[in-house]
Amino acid sequence: MADEALFLLLHSEMVAGLYRAAEHGEGENGRCTTKLESMGFRVGQGLIERFTKDTARFKDELDIMKFICKDFWTTVFKKQIDNLRTNHQGIYVLQDNKFRLLTQMSAGKQYLEHAPKYLAFTCGLIRGGLSNLGIKSIVTAEVSSMPACKFQVMIQKM
Amino acid sequence: MSRSPGRKQENHKISRELFVLTYGALVAQLCKDYEKDEDVNACLDRMGYSIGIRLIDDFLARSAVKKCRSYSETADMIAQVAFKMYLGVTPSVSCSSATGNEFSLILDKNPLVDFVEELPAERASLCYCNLLCGVIRGALEMVHLAAEVSFLQDRLKGDAVTEIGITFLRKPEDRKHRR
Repeated sequence: MADEALFLLLHSEMVAGLYRAAEHGEGENGRCTTKLESMGFRVGQGLIERFTKDTARFKDELDIMKFICKDFWTTVFKKQIDNLRTNHQGIYVLQDNKFRLLTQMSAGKQYLEHAPKYLAFTCGLIRGGLSNLGIKSIVTAEVSSMPACKFQVMIQKM
Repeated sequence: MSRSPGRKQENHKISRELFVLTYGALVAQLCKDYEKDEDVNACLDRMGYSIGIRLIDDFLARSAVKKCRSYSETADMIAQVAFKMYLGVTPSVSCSSATGNEFSLILDKNPLVDFVEELPAERASLCYCNLLCGVIRGALEMVHLAAEVSFLQDRLKGDAVTEIGITFLRKPEDRKHRR
């Protein structure tokens, strides 16, 4: 779908632009990741609202996570999460073996050090989506071999 | 799991909303980072340019259009094929100069501002959709057409419609003589 190309390009340009500005300006790399994550948070909140307007109420936390893995991921990234693991105590690991935002970058270990920059927005996206479904969480990502990556969601009990 | 056709339409819409929301978050972040509107506009234009030089490949691959023979064909192509493909709207094209190298695209529906009500008071001269100008400029440059693209009218600033002006910088006759 043509929209995907636009979003992919916009996303890589956002990452590049923010990091470029950071080099010329303050030079604080950590800030860029935070900025990207907070952008993703805001977008995730808005998106999940529009998406779940007409769906049925979710039964429990696991139901919500399955929704994120299947419907949400399919709409945003055109595929489902490949593997969802949980310890049933608030920690979920979502594994995507061919993450759309990384497929164009490399197919292995090349450019591995740059991968986290491209995952920050998506971490925020997941966190924002969960937040508007009533779940407070911390989302981190790790990538060991592109384009596969894992998102770890830690639910915070209020 | 069967999906009704209505659901597919919704998903299609939501994909587009992802882009619109992301763009909004980007503009908001740039407004936080830069104090002056001109800086934000310049930044958006630059980002648009980088996107445009890559988007043109995607466009040509998807649309497989033939070579445009005149500036007005190019402007029509941008409005009727490119805009339709990426944003789902078709602006109307009008030629605004006797020399035939100035065109304007008039958008009565701009999907990028779907969720924007109005510009905040302290950001009165912000060109919210300046990314589009950069994209068009970058894409045209990659097909060897130098152009200046800017917003002539903007609905967010109170004008009736949103109008993008494209000025091609070299006449087609010049290119022929260069052979």
